[in-house]
Amino acid sequence: MASNSEAGGSADYETLMSTSDVELLKRAWRNEKAAPEILQYEGALVDRAKEQIELVEETIEDYVENGIDPLVVSLYQMDLDRAQFLLRSYLRVRLLKIEKFMFHNLKSEEAERRLSEQEKVFATRCADDLAKHFEETVLLKLPENYQSVLKQSLISEVDDMVPQPHLDTFVVCRSKNFVSLNLYEEGESPETVEMERGDLYFIRYKIVKRAIESGQIDLI
Amino acid sequence: MAGQTDPHISLFSPQEVEFMAEDELVEIVPNMNMEQLNFISGDFGRFIPQIPTKVPLWLAVALKRRGKCTFRPPEWMSVDNLTQILEAERESQSTFQALPFSYVEIARLLFDHARDDIPDMYMVRSLVEDIRDVRLHKLETNLGSFQGTSAVKISNVSAMEVNIVRPFVIRALEAFYKHDKPEADVDRDTRSSRQQREANNEPRRPLRQR
Repeated sequence: MASNSEAGGSADYETLMSTSDVELLKRAWRNEKAAPEILQYEGALVDRAKEQIELVEETIEDYVENGIDPLVVSLYQMDLDRAQFLLRSYLRVRLLKIEKFMFHNLKSEEAERRLSEQEKVFATRCADDLAKHFEETVLLKLPENYQSVLKQSLISEVDDMVPQPHLDTFVVCRSKNFVSLNLYEEGESPETVEMERGDLYFIRYKIVKRAIESGQIDLI
Repeated sequence: MAGQTDPHISLFSPQEVEFMAEDELVEIVPNMNMEQLNFISGDFGRFIPQIPTKVPLWLAVALKRRGKCTFRPPEWMSVDNLTQILEAERESQSTFQALPFSYVEIARLLFDHARDDIPDMYMVRSLVEDIRDVRLHKLETNLGSFQGTSAVKISNVSAMEVNIVRPFVIRALEAFYKHDKPEADVDRDTRSSRQQREANNEPRRPLRQR
């Protein structure tokens, strides 16, 4: 259907031509699944996809009523199922990640920016419920210094009871263009890895994080 | 391993890998008339008897199962081409031949649904299986030889193969990275020289038998 160019504006001619919403959704789904932390919510994409799905659902109902060839109807249904699966799985993966890193997401501003409005509501409610549950069942019965949900004890300086996404894990990625990345942080022996277009790499997530956000690299 | 992250989110099941492969375009020859299909994923058609057209794999399989078309096997799936690839794979210990990213899934779907459309089907199938075996074996032996780096290049490995080795490689690389890091402060010079050594110089450690 309608193709959407990437926000970068300098996308290849081919990517411009072939990037349907389903392709974009597939890419978002794949990236989300492969990344250890939650990624930016693709609000516009999800809304567009929802619209198209609803439109096709109505069309299918019309077709069935008008007695259009059942083969054609079943093919449209299949395409609809595929699109729905992508959308649902994308949202579900995000929910899973929110649940897993509940307190972290609410604490870190960067992570919070990446949630949609509904996800934020869900996350706050979830976190409140969980905190309340912990407090009532366990925490209030512990000695005073240990009653916080977020810290092991009042002596801890950081919130060490909060599980953080494991950013040092490795992911498989492929780059769309030639990209040169800094391998080590903070200027330790600045080795770079250079990726040609289409090469596959196992690489540490932290290194490619920026490139994924800007759309230069895809996770596989 | 203690501290293992939840594997469920980030691993793709084979069905999901196949799902992604099903969007690849293949050529079919329809035997009936049908109007253009305006899908969410794109527009395909019109379908005119005997005129070949390109459609996504899932659509092609659906049409084939209802007897509405025949497949045109992709060019890389000829006996000659596959024999060449198999020999090249066997010769080289460390590089992989260029194959379509989803060749495993495409071949599997074609074998399951379109046997009669592939000339020399049995030959082609056994060639593809041999190629898969050789490549997988190569992957396994190569896995034993890299040491701790932050990036490992794997060219021409296909989607299914990546998915199979992904869990092991990720955990191995993580372990390497974790054990390398504390030594960084102790002795920076030795560490950076170690990183630059070629992976091939390490003696190959045999992997566990499966």
